[in-house]
Amino acid sequence: MIEIKNLHKFFGKAHILKGVHLQVKKRDVTVIVGPSGSGKSTLLRCINRLEEIQEGEIWIDGENISSTSTNVYKVRAEVGMVFQQFNLFPHMNALQNVTLGPILTNKKPKKEAEHSAMELLRKVGLSGKEQAYPSQLSGGQQQRVAIARALAMQPKVMLFDEATSALDPELVGEVLNVMKQLAQDGMTMIVVTHEMGFAKEVANRVAFMDEGIVVEEGPPNEIFDHPKTQRAASFFSKIL
Amino acid sequence: MEKLLHNIIEFLPSLLKGTQFTIQITFFAIIISTLFGFIFSLCLISKKRYLNKPVRIFINIIRGTPLLVQMFYVYFVLPDLGIKLGAMQAGILALSICYGAYHAEIFRSGIISITIGQWDAAKSIGLRYHQIMSRIILPQAARIILPPMGTSYIILLKDSSLASVITVRELTRAGQLIASTTFENLTVFTMVAVIYIILTQLLNLFIHAMEKKYRLK
Repeated sequence: MIEIKNLHKFFGKAHILKGVHLQVKKRDVTVIVGPSGSGKSTLLRCINRLEEIQEGEIWIDGENISSTSTNVYKVRAEVGMVFQQFNLFPHMNALQNVTLGPILTNKKPKKEAEHSAMELLRKVGLSGKEQAYPSQLSGGQQQRVAIARALAMQPKVMLFDEATSALDPELVGEVLNVMKQLAQDGMTMIVVTHEMGFAKEVANRVAFMDEGIVVEEGPPNEIFDHPKTQRAASFFSKIL
Repeated sequence: MEKLLHNIIEFLPSLLKGTQFTIQITFFAIIISTLFGFIFSLCLISKKRYLNKPVRIFINIIRGTPLLVQMFYVYFVLPDLGIKLGAMQAGILALSICYGAYHAEIFRSGIISITIGQWDAAKSIGLRYHQIMSRIILPQAARIILPPMGTSYIILLKDSSLASVITVRELTRAGQLIASTTFENLTVFTMVAVIYIILTQLLNLFIHAMEKKYRLK
């Protein structure tokens, strides 16, 4: 469903992604792990074209989304993204945060958008918080609103960029549970995380990235327990 | 006392006529300078050099020259280049360009104060540039933009008096004309000052209402 071929990304002279290859099948939950600065977040940002790439191709459902002729707004609308810092719109309440995209981008009628938004907020466990502003919500609640906001676009794939890293430890679980539920519902997900428990329990693929490439990719137990490369082995020995 | 009252009643109509011009100039100059400022600021924050460079140079030129000189320039020099403007229009244009340059910096500081994460999130749900600006960035930046903008509007209102040098009979000029024929300097210029205070206070009320509207919930 998603195929990334020889992806290169530069920031000025800095070569961040150095030929990434990755395949994600429909309904796959792929967790990307690796040391900081290895390009995990940049890779996610390229997949929904928040970053332009310099070389290579990204295919989603048979469409080359990295080509210059592709409608970048359409790509972004079809790829959901959840950020480390939540990035909710602070001047809008939870409901408005969730309905903005469907109304403006998907041209849904307001009533219909609000109806689905209420349903999504219920799904992430936030019924009754529709009118709450982000500043009135805990970090975990904010991140769940952010997940609902991304889901409201009915994306083909959801990208999670260290979605629990900015949360207080006791709030991590509620967000991971929502993500787990999403995986069980069959959502295709690419998840950058340091939560190895989540990776082992929920992911069916793990990709280990280092210095701008995917070094190893495979089922979690294989990657975690029998890494083929020295780099992966030494990384996992430090964190597991 | 009776003479004072008599003078006030006698001077008031032409001062109010002048006030009307002052309000007109200020009203249009505020709108146009805000528009200019916003457009200039978009150029300034643009990564495209052909947009940000020329605007940066233009703003430095405007900020580096006195408004009075700009008034003369628009009114006396532009006609030589084939652009003829009435005194009123020239005054409005000079004020709009001058304050547009200042307002560009005010807009810019407000816009860049919004974290990049807001842009990312807005882009990730497929919003376009104008939607991100109008729905996400400006409503948040307004909180930062409005206080200095309000101060700037008040200075603009007072600087509209400079249009008197290019023959606009606004409030200050109207006062000057009465004073030079009646020699009632104290009465006339006190009346002029009081009218300016009333105008600036009204403007203040408007600005505070706007600030309240965009206060963070």
